[in-house]
Order: sequence, then C-alpha cells, then structure tokens
Amino acid sequence: MIPAAFEYAKASSVEEAVKLLGKYGEDAKVLAGGHSLIPLMRLRLAQPKALVDINGIKELDHIKEDGSKLRIGALTRHVTLQNSNVVKDKLPLLAEVAGEVGDNQVRNMGTIGGVVAHADAAGDYPTIALMLDAEIVTNRRTIAAKDFFTDIFTTPLEADEIVTEVVFPVANGPHKYIKFRRRLFDWAIVGAAAQKMNGGWRIGLTNVGSTPVRAKAVEEALQKGAKPEEAAQQASEGLNPSGDLRASPEYKKHLARVLTKRAIEQAG
Amino acid sequence: MKHKVATTVNGRRHEHEVEARLLLVHYLRDVVGLTGTHVGCDTSQCGACTILVDGNAVKSCTMFAVQAEGKSLTTIEGMAKDGELHPLQQAFWDEHGLQCGYCTPGFIMAASYLLSQNPNPTEDEIRKGLEGNLCRCTGYVNIIKSVQSAAKAMNGSKAKAGEHSAAARRS
Ligand SMILES: Cc1cc2nc3c(=O)[nH]c(=O)nc-3n(C[C@H](O)[C@H](O)[C@H](O)COP(=O)(O)OP(=O)(O)OC[C@H]3O[C@@H](n4cnc5c(N)ncnc54)[C@H](O)[C@@H]3O)c2cc1C
Ligand code: FES
Ligand code: FES
Repeated sequence: MIPAAFEYAKASSVEEAVKLLGKYGEDAKVLAGGHSLIPLMRLRLAQPKALVDINGIKELDHIKEDGSKLRIGALTRHVTLQNSNVVKDKLPLLAEVAGEVGDNQVRNMGTIGGVVAHADAAGDYPTIALMLDAEIVTNRRTIAAKDFFTDIFTTPLEADEIVTEVVFPVANGPHKYIKFRRRLFDWAIVGAAAQKMNGGWRIGLTNVGSTPVRAKAVEEALQKGAKPEEAAQQASEGLNPSGDLRASPEYKKHLARVLTKRAIEQAG
Repeated sequence: MKHKVATTVNGRRHEHEVEARLLLVHYLRDVVGLTGTHVGCDTSQCGACTILVDGNAVKSCTMFAVQAEGKSLTTIEGMAKDGELHPLQQAFWDEHGLQCGYCTPGFIMAASYLLSQNPNPTEDEIRKGLEGNLCRCTGYVNIIKSVQSAAKAMNGSKAKAGEHSAAARRS
C-alpha cells in the first residue's frame, strides 16, 4: 500500500533536526532506518504530517569507548554493531543480539536509536539496555533505561526530542541471548538474556509484557547459590504476558523459564 | 510538494521530481521503468523487492525514493553483462532455483550481497544470509544449491583471473 502524503526534510545536524521537528509540531516524526516506521505508514497505522530524515547526521553514527562505558550513536545500524570489533571486545552480548535482529536487509538499514525510541515489546536491544542499566541520551537529557520503557510503544520522549546515544557499561564476561521464534528473521516470541557482570548475573526477558523485563528474582536466587534450573523457575514470577497468534500467556511463561535456564547454562 | 532525486541505476544517471511518499520500489518500477524488482508483501518480510543500495542489500519497499538521493542502485536488470547472464542467474537456471520466478530477483540480489560479504559460505551461512527472502513454491533446497554453484563459479573465475595475472606478471 501507499503511505499517506507527508512533508519531508533532511537534517544535517541534531540542532537542525530539532528545529524542524519544532516547526512541524506534534504530527512530525523522525525517520531513521525506517524499518518500523515505513511498514506502519504503508498500512496507514501511522500517518505523520512530516518526516525529519536524520540519516545524514554523521555525528549520530559512532561507537566510542569511554572508560568503563560504551557510547553508541543512535544512528548506528544493526550491521555495524554486529561487526564492530570494539563491541565484540567490550560488550559481545550486544554484537550477538544485533546479529539476530531481523535479516540482512533489515540489519543494513535499522538503527539502535530507532529500536529504542520505537519501544516495541519484542525489540531486542531494550532488554539488554534495561538489564545492564544503560542510559538513553537525548538532545536534552539522559534517561535511565528503567525510566525509559514505560509501556508498549511508549517512552518519555517529547515530540521534538531526539535520541542521540545509548550508553552501555562495558561487560565482557560470560553472556548469552536466546531468541525463540518460528522463522529465523522473526521477532522473538520470547527472548532471554544472561550476562555475568561485577561478580553477579543480570537476566533480561523480551516480549513477556508491555515493556522489557529484568528478572531480578532469578538474579538474586543465583546470587544465593541456586543452580541455574532452580533459579530459572523464578523467571515467570510476576509476569503477565498477553497472548498472541504465536503463543498463549502460559506458553510465554514456560518459555521464560526454559530460555532463562538455557541462557545461564550456555553463557560463555 | 515534489522533491528532486538523482540516482544512478545500474550505471545510468536518472533525475526525477517525486513525491516524498513514493517508495523506492515504485520509483524503480513506475518512474525508471525497471519492473524486474517485485513487490510481494505489505509487511517488509518477503524480500522480493531486494536491491543493492551502494552495494548493500535493502528491501526497496521499505525506503522512500527521496532517501536514495545521490545513491548508486543495482537491480536485477543490472546483473547480466554484455548479453551474458550473471553467474547467479545462470546458477538459478541450471540448478532449477525457481518455479514461478516471482521471488527470484530478490533472492539473486540478496545472494549477491551475501557473496560480496562471504564468497565461500557454508549451507548454514547461506540459509542465514537469505533469511529475509521468502519463496512460496520452489522450496529452499534448490535455491541453496544455486547459490553454492554460483559461489563456486565466481571463485573459479576469480582464481582463473588470478592465474592469468600471475602468469602475466611472470612473463
Ligand atoms: C522483517 C523485519 C524484522 C524485524 N525483526 C526485528 C527483531 O527481531 N528485533 C528487533 O528489535 N527489531 C526488529 N525489526 C525492527 C527493526 O529493528 C527496526 O529497524 C527498528 O525497530 C526501528 O529502527 P529504525 O532505525 O528502522 O527506526 P524507524 O523505523 O525510522 O523509526 C521507528 C520509530 O522511532 C522513532 N525514532 C527513530 N530514531 C529516533 C531517534 N534517534 N530519536 C527519536 N526518535 C527516533 C521514529 O520517529 C519512529 O517513531 C524488524 C523489522 C522488520 C521489517
Ligand atoms: S515487498 Fe519488500 S519485503 Fe515484501
Ligand atoms: S519461485 Fe515462486 S515464489 Fe519463489
């Protein structure tokens, strides 16, 4: 289908993009990789009056080491994260997750800033951002991941606010992301991530609620010395997933437990 | 409001005025007149519309034509050279990698990107590399055979070209 008509402007700096968003008001949207927005526009589920294209903003496409942090520019594409030697070295979990987002064509276009701003409950990076206490940096402020993903497709971003960076801690200990799906390029039916960090475990879950979930009960059980299969029983504690075409709520809770166990056991 | 787009498609320069909402695939098919790139879905899933944008495989139904300003595009029509099929086209023919052919241009463009990144892929790497393309009738077995056979042919001709130039350097 053909999207509804809109005005289009390409920004070459963050200031210019913010100014353009301000000019068009509430009905304007940022265009990054377009791989969530354009499908929605084609189905006319989204009909923005104007798009501000940020693909020409070079300063948003970077991966920087900053002491114990890794600063990822919002426009960094999935394929760049997947292949980056710095990411493979400093936060290999993120490189692996990037390699599992969509397919080659999606990874050549989609960006980390787009996934985070879109806040789909099945998005993969939000889980990693939440469990590792990442920060989302905008042109105005820095927001902790735990305050950023407030509901499905909902974040505290204002209409003229642009995500500029996602800042992760360096963590290169044992890790694993397991994404359960029917076809290779599908979104996760459920995903589970495990990362060893500062002597403890961080556990995150994808698509088991309206936001990503950090499985603190599992982390604490592991801290107290529980075996992975015992600790993983806590993964579905407090979850209230909604069912969809692919999985019932009960099945999603089952997957949360099984995948958490596997992620911990397979973390290497 | 219309926007100017200048692109290079299969080596030829084009300049047009287009609406911002024009999808790249419709620009190629309806404005440039190259109908080899197909539309198979409305959900960015099937990959029938895959082309190369500056050498990278992209689903042209999920990009606006205005975003292609200044870019070099390759479509299925740009694959054959001087009346000779590209090794991937030849291999899909030889190995029976298609039935109705609807998905084929997309598969060939996605495979060409895959081989540019990894000239010697294993079967698993081919399956993973083509995960963004769906075929409704051939099944994937012959498609994978086709890509393996094309990789062999392309590496063979590269090795030959290497021998030639080594021989030329020696003499
Ligand atoms: C076939 C297919 C499979 C996919 N599978 C997965 C998957 O398995 N896992 C997954 O996580 N994703 C998946 N995706 C989605 C993909 O990763 C998208 O690229 C991503 O969700 C959105 O990023 P984008 O750069 O394309 O953003 P866009 O589509 O351009 O934008 C998405 C939204 O975010 C806003 N936005 C974008 N960038 C910014 C910014 N810097 N600041 C403020 N707002 C911004 C836009 O205005 C828009 O509302 C898939 C997509 C497709 C088509
Ligand atoms: S038509 Fe582009 S992915 Fe199906
Ligand atoms: S050959 Fe018919 S869809 Fe692939």
